[in-house]
Amino acid sequence: MSDFPSSAQVVVIGAGIVGNSVVKHLAALGWRDLVQLDKGPLPNPGGSTGHASNFIFPVDHNKEMAHLTLDSQEQYEEMGINTVSGGLEVARTKARMHELNRRMTSAKTWGIESWLVSPAEAQELVPFIDETVIVGGWYTPSVSVVDSLRAGTIMREYAQQLGALTVHPLTEVLDFETDRGRISAVVTNRGRITCEYVVIACGVWSPRLAAMAGASIPLTPAVHQMIDVGPLEILSATNNEIGYPIVRDMDTFCYERQTGGSMEVGSYAHRPIFHHPDTIPSNDQARLSPTELPLTMDDFDPQLEQAVELMPFLGDAEIKYGINGLLSLTPDAMPLVGETPEVKNLWSCAAIWIKEGPGTGKALAEWMTQGYPEIDPHASDIARFYPYMKTANHILSRCAEHFNKTYGIVHPREQWDSRRNSRVSTLGATTSALGAVYFEAGGWERPHWYESNASLLEEYRDRIPERPHEWDRRWWSPIQNAEHLAMRDKVGMIDLTAFAIFEVSGSGALQFMQYLTVNQVDRPVGSGIYTPLLTQEGGFRSDLTVLRMAEDRFRVITGGFDGARDAHWFRKWLPDSDCVSFADITSSLSTIGVWGPHARRLIERVTKDDLSDQGLPYGQWKHATIDSIPVTMFRISYVGELGWEVYTAMEHAPMLWNTLWEAGQDLGVVPVGAGVYGTTARLEKGYRLMGAELESEYNPVEADLARPLVKKADFVGKEAYLRAREEEPDAICCTLTVKDHVSASGIPRFPMGGNEPILTLEGERIVDRLGRVSRVTSAGAGPSLDAYLLLGYLPPDYAEEGRSLQIMYQNELFPVEVARVGSRPLFDPDDRRMKP
Amino acid sequence: MSLLFLVEHKGGQIDDAVMGSLTGARQLASQLGVELHAMLIDPDAESAVNGLDTYGVEHIHVVSHELLTDYGPDAWAESLHQLARSSGAVAVMATGTDRGNEVMAQVGARMDLAMVANCLDIEPDAEDWVMTRVRWGGSLHEKARLSAPVKLATLAPHHTNPTSAGKPASGTVSRFTPDLDQSVTTTLVVERTTVSAGITLATAPVVVSGGRGVGSAEAFDIIEELADLLGGAVGCSRVVTNNGWKNHKFQVGQTGTVVAPDLYIACGISGAIQHWVGMMNAKNVLAINTDLDAPMVTKANWAIIADLHQVVPAISAEISRRQALADEST
Amino acid sequence: MRILVCVKRVPAPGAKIVLTSDGQDIDSSLLGFTISPHEECAIEEAVQIAERETGSVTVLTLGPPEAEEQLRAAVSVGADSIVLLPSAQPDWDPLPTAKALAAAIQNLESESGAPFDLILFGNESADSGGYQVGIRVARHLKRPMVTGIKGIDLEEGSVSARRETPGGWEVYRLPLPAVVGVKEGINLPRYPTLKGRMAARKSSLTEMEPLVGSSGQSKVTLLSPPDAGTSVEILGESPEAAVRVVDILEELGLL
Repeated sequence: MSDFPSSAQVVVIGAGIVGNSVVKHLAALGWRDLVQLDKGPLPNPGGSTGHASNFIFPVDHNKEMAHLTLDSQEQYEEMGINTVSGGLEVARTKARMHELNRRMTSAKTWGIESWLVSPAEAQELVPFIDETVIVGGWYTPSVSVVDSLRAGTIMREYAQQLGALTVHPLTEVLDFETDRGRISAVVTNRGRITCEYVVIACGVWSPRLAAMAGASIPLTPAVHQMIDVGPLEILSATNNEIGYPIVRDMDTFCYERQTGGSMEVGSYAHRPIFHHPDTIPSNDQARLSPTELPLTMDDFDPQLEQAVELMPFLGDAEIKYGINGLLSLTPDAMPLVGETPEVKNLWSCAAIWIKEGPGTGKALAEWMTQGYPEIDPHASDIARFYPYMKTANHILSRCAEHFNKTYGIVHPREQWDSRRNSRVSTLGATTSALGAVYFEAGGWERPHWYESNASLLEEYRDRIPERPHEWDRRWWSPIQNAEHLAMRDKVGMIDLTAFAIFEVSGSGALQFMQYLTVNQVDRPVGSGIYTPLLTQEGGFRSDLTVLRMAEDRFRVITGGFDGARDAHWFRKWLPDSDCVSFADITSSLSTIGVWGPHARRLIERVTKDDLSDQGLPYGQWKHATIDSIPVTMFRISYVGELGWEVYTAMEHAPMLWNTLWEAGQDLGVVPVGAGVYGTTARLEKGYRLMGAELESEYNPVEADLARPLVKKADFVGKEAYLRAREEEPDAICCTLTVKDHVSASGIPRFPMGGNEPILTLEGERIVDRLGRVSRVTSAGAGPSLDAYLLLGYLPPDYAEEGRSLQIMYQNELFPVEVARVGSRPLFDPDDRRMKP
Repeated sequence: MSLLFLVEHKGGQIDDAVMGSLTGARQLASQLGVELHAMLIDPDAESAVNGLDTYGVEHIHVVSHELLTDYGPDAWAESLHQLARSSGAVAVMATGTDRGNEVMAQVGARMDLAMVANCLDIEPDAEDWVMTRVRWGGSLHEKARLSAPVKLATLAPHHTNPTSAGKPASGTVSRFTPDLDQSVTTTLVVERTTVSAGITLATAPVVVSGGRGVGSAEAFDIIEELADLLGGAVGCSRVVTNNGWKNHKFQVGQTGTVVAPDLYIACGISGAIQHWVGMMNAKNVLAINTDLDAPMVTKANWAIIADLHQVVPAISAEISRRQALADEST
Repeated sequence: MRILVCVKRVPAPGAKIVLTSDGQDIDSSLLGFTISPHEECAIEEAVQIAERETGSVTVLTLGPPEAEEQLRAAVSVGADSIVLLPSAQPDWDPLPTAKALAAAIQNLESESGAPFDLILFGNESADSGGYQVGIRVARHLKRPMVTGIKGIDLEEGSVSARRETPGGWEVYRLPLPAVVGVKEGINLPRYPTLKGRMAARKSSLTEMEPLVGSSGQSKVTLLSPPDAGTSVEILGESPEAAVRVVDILEELGLL
C-alpha cells in the first residue's frame, strides 16, 4: 500500500482494548504521529478483547488494581458504554463468608457501595438461584458490563480525529530494529517504519513480539473456558442485554452472566491450560478467532453440574457456544506495564483485562509523557522481574499455581508453593538447620522466623498475645514476637542476603548518583547515606542506602523486592557516554545483620578491628576482618538496635555466620527472621517501607522523611520536592495503635495491613484534599511497646497524637489512636540504643 | 478395451457439468489408448445421443428395461455393472453429481473394488493410477493411488470445460438390456413433485446470495428483488439457514448446493471455507460488504465496500432505470 | 423402532486449512473436532423419530479413541447408546471402513437378536467426501439404501425418503430394514442441554475391536489447492457504485 507510513513517533502494536486505550491517551496528552498496527481486521482483530466477558467488579484488595479498575469504569461510563447490572458474589462456605467480609472492607476503603445479603436476599436479587445452596452473598450495585470492542473503536477514533493517529489493520510485525539498545524501527509485512517509541499491546502475542526485539514480556496465553446457554425465557423477558446482576459463584470458581436471552457461564476452575504465543492459530486458520479455541468439554463438565445446582433453570437450556478463550496470565497475576528493561523506548502494556484496560492504557501514556503515572504502577511495572522469573518454566509454574486462585481466597501473606528455592543464599543450609521458615523475597528464600526459637515462647509468654482466629494466625508465628524480644534483650543475627546490591562507578559516578538521589551523597569515603529516589513528579520511586566506597565508586543497597525495578531505574538514567558504569553485584555478596544490646560484645570477640563508636560511628562503614574473613562493616540499623550489616563474599557467608554464632552463644544470640526485620522491629521504629508507605503517590514531606536542608545539586523530582517543602502536606504518615482487638464475636482480631480503611468515629472514610484515602499501609505487633501498630497517612486535620479513630477489619470496626504523627519512633524515640 | 462413462441426462438434455467431465474422460481414454464408451439410460436417451460423437465417444450404449421407469440407484448401478462386465471396460466413471457418486458407489460395492470420488486429475499408469481428488469440498486436494483390475471413479463437476474432440469419433449406438429383477425396485423413485419450474439455484446464470450481513429474514426481500430482475436465483450462507432466515434449499456451500454461475453476487457474506467451496467455480464474483478485509472481498473480481442494504436496492433501481429507457427507445 | 446412526469424527477448520509438514494430514493441533454436519442432522433425525415412535438410537463410529468425544456429544443431544470401534490407524479408506462398520453392525444385531430398523448415514463425510461408506454397508447387509435425503417419513414397514432435485423432489419408498444417507437441511439439529451433557458424561461406552482390511485405494499426500490469485477491483464505497455494477452486468451479457 502506498499510504503506508515510513516513519512515526510512536508505533503502537495491537488494537484490542489496551492498544486502543494507549493511542487515545497518548493523543490526549499531546502526542502526534502515532501509528497503530494490528495483524487482524478491525474492529475485532481476534485477540482476547473480542471474546471477553466484559464485566467489571470494581472491588479489589490490591490498591493499584482497584484504582486502575475504577478509573477504567469511569472512562467506559464517559464513553456511554457502561451498563450497570449489579453483581452478586455468593458464598457456599463459611470461609467464603469470611472472605466476603474482607471484600466489604476493601469496598469501604475504595468507597464502593456494597452490602452483604442473606440467601433469601440473594434470591430476591437473582430470582433464579437456589438459595439453599448458599450461605450468603455480597452485592455491589455498581458492577457493570461494557462493550469493549465499541470502546476500542471510540478511543481509536478519538485519536484519529485529533489527527494524531493512523491505523493499519492486517499488518503483521515481522521484526524490530534497535540502535545501541534503543528501538529504532518496526518491520512489517507492508513495510518498515522508523520510530522513536514502540508500545507492545498485543495481549497473548506480546511475548512473541518482545522476543523479536530482544526483550521479554513474561506472560503465557492461558485458557479461560466459557459457554453460552439459552434460550432462557426469564432472561429474554428482560428485553435487555443484561437485566439481572452478574453472579459469581465464588466457591466453584464460576460466574453466570446474562447476555440477552442467554446466560454465559465462565469458569476458572478447570486445570490450567496454557498455549505458546507461537502456536496460536492465525485469523484464517481459526474457526472462530485466534483466541477462541475449541472448548475442551471434559474440562468444563464439573462446572455444568455446579451451575445447575446454583441455577436449576440452566439444566434445560442449550449449550449454543463454548470456547477455550485465551487470556494472558503472568507469574504474579499482575499486568506487565512500562518500559522493558532490555530495550530502551520499547514499552509493554500487556496482560491487562477489560476491567482495567482503559485505566492502564492511560497510566502507560502518562508514564511515557511525564516519566511516571498518577496511579503508582509499582505492582504492574514490567521491570519487577529478575531474569529467572522470565523463563518459561517459572512463568508456567506460577501461572499454573495461581490460575485456580482467580476466585480463590488468597491470604495477604500467602506464599508460593511452586518453584521455590530458585534463589538460595549460601547460608541456606545453616539457616535451614536452625529451623528457618522461609518466605520468598525477590525470589530469595529468606528466613521469616526460626522454629528453633520456639523455646523462647515460654520465656516471653506473657508478652505475646494469642491470635485465636485462624485467619490472623495464618502464615505467621508467635515465634516472630519472641525473636523480636530476644533480639532487643540480647542479640540477634539476621540473614539479609536478599538485599539487591549495585555498584556505580566511574568518573561520572558522583554526578550520576547525585542526580538520582534526594539526599547528599557527596560525602567522604566511608559514609553511608540513606536516601529516597523520586519520580519526576516528586513521589517516591525508591528508597535505598548508598555507601561511598571510593571517590568514584558507590555501593547501592536496596530491598530484594525492588531490586529489579531499581536496577532498571538506574540503567535508564545512565548517560550515553561511558563515564558511569553500573553493575548488579547482588550475587557476589552476602549480608548478615548483627543487632542488639550485646552486638558489640559479640563482634569484639571475633575481630581485632576498632568497631567502637569512635572507630566506626553510626552511619559509617569500614573494611574489617572477622576471623580470617574480609568483611565490610556498615553501622546502621533497620531494627533500632546497635549493630552492623556485615557484608562478605557469598562464599564466606557460612563461615562468617558460624564464627559470629559461636561467639554469641553465651550472649544469648538468636537467629532472627524477616518477620522482625521487616515488620515488628521496623514498625516500632516507624520506618517506612517501599511499596507500603512509600509510593509515588506520596512525597518525602508527607512521609516525614524530608531533611532540614536540600542539596544544591539537581536531582530527579527536585522541583516538585522543593514545592512540596513549601506547602503544608496534604497528608502525613502516622503510627496508630489498636486500642481494643476484641471483635463482636468476642475474640481478638489482628489486622494485617491490607489497606484496611481508617475511619472517623462516625465511621466515615477519611480522604485527603487530593482524593487519597487513609488506609492501613502496614500493620504488626510491637512486642517491646506492648502495642499493635499500624502505619497510614492522615490529613492534617486528623493527624494529632492522641486522636481517636477507627479502622475496619473484616467488616468490623476497631478503635485506634494516633500514637505518632510523623517519623519519630515510638520505640526509643531518640535512637539511644542505636547510638549509645 | 474401453472407458465406460455414465452420461446423465434429463429428458434428453445433458448439462455442462456432465459434458465437462465427459471431456475429461475422453482425455483420459486417449492417454490410456482405449475407446471412450458412454452409457445412457432410457427414457429419452435417444435424443441425448446426438452430438456425443463430436465429444469423442466411440460407442454409445442406450440402456432400457421395463423396470427402468425412473431413476433408482440399484437399477442404474446394476445396469452399469452388467454393461461394464459385458463390454470389458477397464474403467467405469461418472460425473461427481449426487447420482453419479451414488451409482458409482453402488457399482463399487457390487464389484468390491475401490471407487475414487470427485477426481480432478488422473495420471494413468500401467498398473496403479495416481488420482488427485477433492477433499473438504475442494478446499483441499488428495493425491491417491489406485490399484484395481477395473478403475472406478467419478470426476469432479465443473472442473473441465466441455470441449469437443479434434475429430469426431464414430459414435455408434447400440442397445443394451440388462438383466434386472424386482429387487432393484426397492430404491426406484416412486413419486416426483415439482416445487417450482423457475430458475434453480444449481443452474442459474446469476446467483444473488445473502449472508450474516443481511441481518434478518425480512431483509432478504431486496436480495430476491435483484435476483428476479436478473433472472437469477437466490442463495444464502449457512449462518442464514442456521438462523432460520432461509430454507436450507437456498444454502450454497459444502453441505448445501454447489453452484457455478456466470456471476455470483455475495451480499454480506464473509466467505468462510464451507461457503467458499460451494461457489468457488463461479466465473465471476461481485462482493458487497462493509469489511474490506473479508475473505469474500479479497477473492472477488469486484467489490463494493458499503452497506448492502443500500447498495442492493441501488443496483435494482439502476437496472430498472435502464430497462425503462430501453423500453422507451423501442 | 431401533435406529443406528454412523458418524465420523472430523476436524473443524477455519477459513484456511493448514497441512502438517509431511502433507499426510490436516494440522489439527489447534482445531476442535466435530461430527460431519450431515451426520449431526442424521442424529437429530434419529432422535426425533425415536421420540415420535418410541424407539432407541445407537450411534456408532470407527475412529481414534478420542472419537469418544463425538459419541458423548451424540448422547448429549439424545442418543441412547454409543459404540466405538477404536483404531490407532489414522486413515481408513471407504471400503475397509464399510467392512468394519458392517461387521460391527452384524455383531450388534446378533447380540440383540434383531436388525436395526433404520440405519442412517450422513451423505458424505466433511473431510474425505468419499460418498460411499453407507452404500457399501447397505450392500453388505443386503439392505436397500438411498442417499441425498432431506425428508424421512416412517410408514408401516417402510420408510419414505425425499431427495431434493433442482426444482422439486423425488420420493423413494424403502422396505424396512433400510439404510438412508441424509443431507443437512433435513432438520435443524438441536444443541445439547446442560442436563443432556451431564447425562452424556455418565453414559457407558461400548467398545468393539474393528475388523481391519484394505482396498486398492491409498492416500499418497494431501495438497492445498493453488490460490486463485485474483485481484479485486473496488468499484466504490457507496451505493453510487451501482452504476458500475450494471455496466458490468451488461458487459457480461446478463441483462
